[in-house]
Amino acid sequence: MSGRGTRLSLAVWSALVVAFLWIPLVVIALYAFNASNIQGWPITSWTFHWFRAAWHNPDARAALWLSVRVGLVATATALVLGTMAASAVVRFRFFGREAVSFLLVLPLALPGILTGMALNSALFTVWGLSPSMWTIVIGHATFCVVIVYNNVVARLRRTSPSLLEASQDLGADGWQTFRFVLWPVVSTALVAGGLLAFALSFDEVIVTTFTAGAQETLPIFILDNLERGQQLPVVNVVAFFVVVITVIPVALAQRVMRDGGVQRGAARVTEAIETAEIPAV
Amino acid sequence: MAADVGALAAGPPLRRARLGLTGLLWRRPWLKALGLLTPPLAAFLIVYVGSLAALFVSSFWTVNSFTAAIEHTWTLANYRLIFSSGQPYLHIAALTLEIAAAVTVTDAVLAFPLAYFMARLAGKRARAALFVMVLLPLWSSYLVRVYAWQTILAHDGALNWALHGIGLPDQNLSYTNWAMWIVFSYVWLPFMVLPVYAALERIPESYLEASADLGARGLRTLRAVILPLALPGVVAGSIFTFSLTLGDFITPLLVGGPSSHFIGNEVYSYIGEANIPFAAAFASIPLAIMGVYLLIARRLGAFEAL
Repeated sequence: MSGRGTRLSLAVWSALVVAFLWIPLVVIALYAFNASNIQGWPITSWTFHWFRAAWHNPDARAALWLSVRVGLVATATALVLGTMAASAVVRFRFFGREAVSFLLVLPLALPGILTGMALNSALFTVWGLSPSMWTIVIGHATFCVVIVYNNVVARLRRTSPSLLEASQDLGADGWQTFRFVLWPVVSTALVAGGLLAFALSFDEVIVTTFTAGAQETLPIFILDNLERGQQLPVVNVVAFFVVVITVIPVALAQRVMRDGGVQRGAARVTEAIETAEIPAV
Repeated sequence: MAADVGALAAGPPLRRARLGLTGLLWRRPWLKALGLLTPPLAAFLIVYVGSLAALFVSSFWTVNSFTAAIEHTWTLANYRLIFSSGQPYLHIAALTLEIAAAVTVTDAVLAFPLAYFMARLAGKRARAALFVMVLLPLWSSYLVRVYAWQTILAHDGALNWALHGIGLPDQNLSYTNWAMWIVFSYVWLPFMVLPVYAALERIPESYLEASADLGARGLRTLRAVILPLALPGVVAGSIFTFSLTLGDFITPLLVGGPSSHFIGNEVYSYIGEANIPFAAAFASIPLAIMGVYLLIARRLGAFEAL
């Protein structure tokens, strides 16, 4: 597999696949600057007008504000719960440990519609809650926990437990051990996990359709208008904005992890490879 | 040992109490494990696992057609309706499965050469660049990417414009199963690239050299060494491409059109009609399929590659 022809054709194939991945993103970014009301290609005249229109659109504003609040609360919840679960699973051997780590990955491995449906009937029918920002948060926190958990578990697996023991031997109490030993080790994993969780929450749509009532998150706002074919120029701008907003945290998270460790379920493998390369502290 | 430290340390009472607690937790690690695990697990079990269980149970109930109230009597009526001939449900399930399978195969074919190039041929810089180029689309909004395809496939969209440019006839792909196939393959592609890449990168160079030393040519090495070792990665990726397609209803809604109904769309509309028992029964089909799929995947070693 290293002949010149093979090499060249693999390079060409890779370039084509990457182009395939990026062309739609470029197209949708360009439509945000389309002066015409009609979504035709090629775009003939350009404008910034729709950015102003979107900014002054009350529905879009309300949706943005709700998305930000939901993302922040869900991320905060996920950071606390995910870190706790991760430290327990890495540090202790107990009955059902495998089951715990399997359970926590389920929200990513099962079809989103199952999670959404299950939460829908539990929240509204069984518990009798009425739809609110909090029911959306509950849905988002479920899968955000998984992201934080994955990140922290990977980081803790690389950390030698003797570090914590040494800290205790030197007379540190639990809080000091956490603050001066554990925190420096896991903080970047937490920041990265938090950013990814926020990005995931910010563009989630399937589970949200089942847990939201009349209020709209930004993706629901887009979906609603797409279904009706209404205010498409504004939707274009919002879509552009959502892509930028979700890509920035991911790029940041990658910076923070510095070693390409940004992952989402399937990509946890890269972590395993890096573990082999980076000696345990 | 930590308890001794606690006794020796002279200090303010707060610090002594904290040291005492540290010692206690060190001597009884199960206490600490319990404290750490209870909140996340309780939340998770009650909210998520509990909901899934409740969903499954409610699939055996029915809705009274006059009062629209849920009747809590055990019956297989929902399942019987799904599996009875003359109803559309099995067709819908079959279409969903077929597209999910086609998408999985397409993604594997598209991803493998790219992953191979990234893992074994590209230089360090090119590899990092490609990694980011695959990762960012994975994370950028799924809904927006589907919408992008809706505009591209439209009659006066970018696809027909490009086809015109190279002298080919127009295609009307909007609102067809072909459109769903393309769009699903597009949105889940990064989920396939990353695990295959990781599996390929793990193969030691010496295996390939050994294969060459034993006289195998490129294709033989590919078939006998590389493919078997990369299989767990492909299966790991397929869990995502398959499962995500199976549970989707947004893509069929936006590019599939009215006749292209997926399991997800049907479930969604039954929830809209407040017929949760039937929706739950229908939703347990993808659940059962994914259960079987995960068991097979585990056999093939995909969980180690996850």
